[in-house]
Amino acid sequence: MLRLILRKLGLLIPTFIGVTLTSFFFIRLLPGDPILLLAGERGVSPERYQELLVQFGYDKPVWVQYLDYIWNILHGDLGTSIVTKQPVVKEFFTLFPATIELSLCAIIFAVVLGLPAGILAAVKRGKTLDHTVMTTALVGYSMPIFWWGLLLIIFFSGILQWTPVSGRISLMFWIEPVTGFMLIDSILSGQEGAFTSAVSHLILPTVVLGTIPLAVIARQTRSAMLEVLDEDYVRTARAKGLSRFRVVGIHALRNALIPVITIIGLQIGVLFAGAILTESIFSWPGIGKWMVDSIFRRDYPVVQGGLLMIAAIIMIVNLIVDLAYGLINPKIRHTE
Amino acid sequence: MSLNKTLMAGAAIAALALFSSPTFAKTLVYCSEGSPESFTPSLHTSGTTFDASSRNVYNRLVEFKRGSTEIVPGLAERWEISEDGKEYTFFLRKGVKFHSTSFFKPTRDFNADDVIFTFDRQGNPENPYHMVSGGTYEYFNSMQMPSLIEKMEKVDDYTVKFVLSRPEAPMIANLAMDFASIHSAEYADSLLDNKNQFDQKPVGTGPFQFVGYQKDAIIRYSAHPDYWAGKAAIDTLVFAITPDASVRYQKLAAGECHIMPYPNPADVAAMKSDPNITVMQQEGLNIGYLAYNTQMPPFDNPKVRKALNAAINKQAIVDAVFQSAGKLAKNPIPPTMWSYNKAVVDDVYDPEAAKAALAAEGVTDLKMKVWAMPVQRPYNPNARRMAEIVQADFAKVGVEVEIVSYEWGEYLKRSSDVKRDGAVLLGWTGDNGDPDNFLGVLLTCDGVGGSNRSNWCNAEFDEIILKAKMTSDVAERTKLYEQAQVLFKEQAPWATIAHSLVNEPVSVKVENYKIDPFGGHYFYGVDIK
Repeated sequence: MLRLILRKLGLLIPTFIGVTLTSFFFIRLLPGDPILLLAGERGVSPERYQELLVQFGYDKPVWVQYLDYIWNILHGDLGTSIVTKQPVVKEFFTLFPATIELSLCAIIFAVVLGLPAGILAAVKRGKTLDHTVMTTALVGYSMPIFWWGLLLIIFFSGILQWTPVSGRISLMFWIEPVTGFMLIDSILSGQEGAFTSAVSHLILPTVVLGTIPLAVIARQTRSAMLEVLDEDYVRTARAKGLSRFRVVGIHALRNALIPVITIIGLQIGVLFAGAILTESIFSWPGIGKWMVDSIFRRDYPVVQGGLLMIAAIIMIVNLIVDLAYGLINPKIRHTE
Repeated sequence: MSLNKTLMAGAAIAALALFSSPTFAKTLVYCSEGSPESFTPSLHTSGTTFDASSRNVYNRLVEFKRGSTEIVPGLAERWEISEDGKEYTFFLRKGVKFHSTSFFKPTRDFNADDVIFTFDRQGNPENPYHMVSGGTYEYFNSMQMPSLIEKMEKVDDYTVKFVLSRPEAPMIANLAMDFASIHSAEYADSLLDNKNQFDQKPVGTGPFQFVGYQKDAIIRYSAHPDYWAGKAAIDTLVFAITPDASVRYQKLAAGECHIMPYPNPADVAAMKSDPNITVMQQEGLNIGYLAYNTQMPPFDNPKVRKALNAAINKQAIVDAVFQSAGKLAKNPIPPTMWSYNKAVVDDVYDPEAAKAALAAEGVTDLKMKVWAMPVQRPYNPNARRMAEIVQADFAKVGVEVEIVSYEWGEYLKRSSDVKRDGAVLLGWTGDNGDPDNFLGVLLTCDGVGGSNRSNWCNAEFDEIILKAKMTSDVAERTKLYEQAQVLFKEQAPWATIAHSLVNEPVSVKVENYKIDPFGGHYFYGVDIK
């Protein structure tokens, strides 16, 4: 097991270098110049432009800039935002808990609904229930997030007024961040009604962000279950007279879960991508919105640093998923 | 009742009033469109940052009267300008208190040291705060302050003198701009070991004091209890950062905020029919234009430019692009600005005459480019659409137009190239209400290859503008600017398209809110029912 972990960790190094290279050069390949964007219609004089280039370090050859960047990363410095002049790491960790909180809720929502829906569809293969679940999943999968979010806001917040429109908590409360997770901080604050308010603000963004993973998980669970349900050992289990719940829930599901877990792991990337739009619609102060803004402003240090941090997190999650296989299926553990 | 009992009863009532007051605290929620870059306005150029800082937290020596471009005394009660126009002496207001907050308790009132510190930080590389937070003071630089301010002198605690290197009539208007917001020198001194805090937790003299900021989510302020012009009518001011315009509208409709900026033009009709929303409207201090490159033939010929101007159906543009929320422009400055020349006659839309005029100049089979900005701006909400209308209009007079566009930064860069091919759609929103801020910045020889997108360099025009800048007599300046507008119209370096109207939806509960002609959002003087 330890060897497996070390080997996987070793593989992270080239991936990491790849990420630094792509994030560094891709943002520079995009047309546009951070200094001109800062100046806007007003423009800057050529002398002032040169001064600012030197100040930001963009007067050096690109490869020197890249080496400086790598040197700084190795010293734990991801740079300073051109726009806010704040360290990228500080901004990232201020905003990251909001994204994690939302993503966790969304993935829990997707798994809690998606797994049973997929199992039911598999068990009732070809029946109305199966068709209903799969059609709904297809619609969910094809849903444009922005449109879906606005639709839910107009219906539930605008017309029915059941949920708040956007934000993380009612403006009546002022919650000092302790953990950065609003659900926890609202309890810690001891303010009456704060937790309920935080929950009510989470509902719509969770549904919007969780919709696509929910559809994917439901479809994947169904197909994995269908495959397993035809296996000999399931037939044997049935023949032994085991209850339907035991056959499906224990014998079949445990084996069907492997591909499903891979998919759940892969959804982390989807969640980060979806978070960009979801956070924009719901004014959710997370890293998705932060990254988009920085791309538009050509805030190179934030784009580079932010991408690196996100890539690191996705790699770690994938590592955990890889290790989780071993826990679920001892066969994999042994062959490794 | 004994005295004791009376006192206790009184104390109980007082305590009750004290503790129950939050229930009655008036909170105004503003759904802002983005996050401030920091809370020090001089470091930035965006209105979003100014709204969160200069416009509500700070004061300047002179200020714009609420909802107008008129300049009124601010932290300076009065000022004197020397005969030669090179010495500006400001007499400061006494008894002005800085905010007393959880992170800073001032021990003295505002005085001349604060004024000196504010400008010294921006102009003096030796100032300990000069390089803090990146040290880019773009407004200070672009208003040419480094070369203009020769020295600053503290005459006494309440008198400051600015000595200029040359007479500069717009100086007073410049000092009303956001970058000139006055900071506390005492606060700066107290943070020498932690200078970064200075730009993140602001301390000013303004009507609202900073309570806290949760990045990208909420900014909270409370009314400054000792504000020199009297405490604000509202107790708490909250900025709920809401980047999407449709969501801002939903929040306003659901009562989650009271005021929202920048509605989608398409939503305005629905907002007007909502009984809980009032859509306020005012002329913006802006101009949207099409700038020919006057250094490239055939656009170096004023008659060709005039002919093309007559081919553009501006009313159709105002209807389609501005959804009628715009005014046809004939001058390069907006009608709300002083010295606007009403007597100037606009080019009449007449395709036949335009065609004939082009033919008379020997221009046939002309092919040209029209540049469409990739972004939405108050002075041009949809440049692509505008370019298409111009394309169709020019086709009617036999001119073939190719529409081009680039990423915004690239657009700004390429469009300022002197050898640029084609006419550029762009615009301008005023900074300080002074005509020089339009005519001087956008149309003089200094701006060629930069902010002067028409690359138009006319000696006569330049002389008028320079003369107007050197005199501080407003009547004299008005005359000169009127003359400049006549010359501009004759020479036609631009097709002046429109001045937009600014829509601002507010809840019906909001009282006494005024739209700022510069596009800012000020909440002092606003009340809620």
